[in-house]
Amino acid sequence: MLLQSPRFVGEDNPPFELKGSLFTLTVLHLFHPDRAAIERHLAEKIKQAPGFFSNTPVVIDLDGVVDAPDEVDFSGLYQLLRGHGMVPVGIRNGSPELQTSARQAGLPALPESRAPGGAARKPERADPAPARSRIFSHPVRSGQQIYAPDGDLIVLGTVSAGAEVIADGNIHIYGALRGRALAGVKGDVEPRIFCQSLEAELVSIAGRYRISEQIDPADRGKAMQIHLVEDRLIIEHLTR
Amino acid sequence: MATVIVVTSGKGGVGKTTTSASFATGLAQRGHRTVVIDFDVGLRNLDLIMGCERRVVYDFINIINGEANLNQALIRDKRVENLCILPASQTRDKDALTKEGVERVLNDLKQSFDYIVCDSPAGIERGALMALYFADEALVVTNPEVSSVRDSDRILGILASRSRRAEQGEPPVKEHLVLARYAPERADRGDMLSVEDVLEILGIPLLGVIPESQNVLQSSNAGVPVILEDGSDAGAAYSDLVERFLGKNLPHRFITSQKKGFLKRLFGGS
Repeated sequence: MLLQSPRFVGEDNPPFELKGSLFTLTVLHLFHPDRAAIERHLAEKIKQAPGFFSNTPVVIDLDGVVDAPDEVDFSGLYQLLRGHGMVPVGIRNGSPELQTSARQAGLPALPESRAPGGAARKPERADPAPARSRIFSHPVRSGQQIYAPDGDLIVLGTVSAGAEVIADGNIHIYGALRGRALAGVKGDVEPRIFCQSLEAELVSIAGRYRISEQIDPADRGKAMQIHLVEDRLIIEHLTR
Repeated sequence: MATVIVVTSGKGGVGKTTTSASFATGLAQRGHRTVVIDFDVGLRNLDLIMGCERRVVYDFINIINGEANLNQALIRDKRVENLCILPASQTRDKDALTKEGVERVLNDLKQSFDYIVCDSPAGIERGALMALYFADEALVVTNPEVSSVRDSDRILGILASRSRRAEQGEPPVKEHLVLARYAPERADRGDMLSVEDVLEILGIPLLGVIPESQNVLQSSNAGVPVILEDGSDAGAAYSDLVERFLGKNLPHRFITSQKKGFLKRLFGGS
């Protein structure tokens, strides 16, 4: 009946509508399918950021699974992640066999990412004009403030303690970051901060900030990237 | 062409005037016509360290204001040939230092000297800015201690952005690091920053390390630049520093091999 009545399937009053949309998802890069090891590492991560993994949708990336790829137990993995508050929504990469067994466990394969490494982003946003970036090729000294409006800031030297680097876009620092770095200061949540050695006084993206005290001492002095996931600042290693 | 060298630090009490006195004396000892100017208007000290406080008649501000000429104000050092001192005014304040006035005096001095050493006051206000504005090279004096290093970092930023060379897009001011009051055994224990730590933070070439020494205090009180004290470590270190400034390649003395430094211990560097 319903199908026969064009008035109901018309534009006026549809029961639902399908639309494409972009989400920022946490990607879990799986290396070893060893359940006990996964559980241990998961517990450790959750201890570092309690509350972060409550109902967090995750995509499991299988690109890094090289040893014992046949032993990935997807339903077991699913249970394990759910048990820790994560909600697996699909998988990415991996061999056709892996993808099949994932599908059987109810995990669809998402389109492969171009650049394996986690930082991939599809060119969905057709930027009308490329944002201008500002390159600063000297060290940024204490008391100096460098701002890149409308784009990225690239600092070739070190950002000293007491210095401030600010950008509407991303911030790349090819030396140590010892001062403050504020990316996305106009409110954009997409920009990230990259640095060769994280020793920052403060990092901020779109107004969400963390001060030195709140940065894990284990992350200090390492090459790190900082980005926003669901309104939370995530600090992670630049290289895997 | 005369070279203008500023001795600066940001922080007070780290050894700017001591360094200015010994550095200028060392240059003059090696035959270079040298004048050292006290920019610390209102807190005149250089004349005491140089031992010429009783011979001050006119000062830097008098010349800027045209109340005296250079020959009346310059004090010729009695121990070392080729060395003159231009004292600061004790009764005025830093506002008396005008950019035009300072430039005119420096240009006049360039006619008769090879090196013009500007002893900067502490801070980053007018006096310090005027002392560094016309500099070609800078000796940045730092103690192995975090606040001193941070202030030096600040001064390096100002040199790179607010000096005349920076404003006019000329080649930047050449920066030299002078690490003063260094005690290797305390750095080894991690009580103070090591040479490496300081170099890592500031990232400029090291011109000299001056060891912590009793002689510095004694010679200051006696009005003799420590470089003239025979047998003193600090004096020998200043002599090396001057030689290095003039292009000689000398190994650094008075620093022992470094163990794990303060920063590394503090932050557990990898």
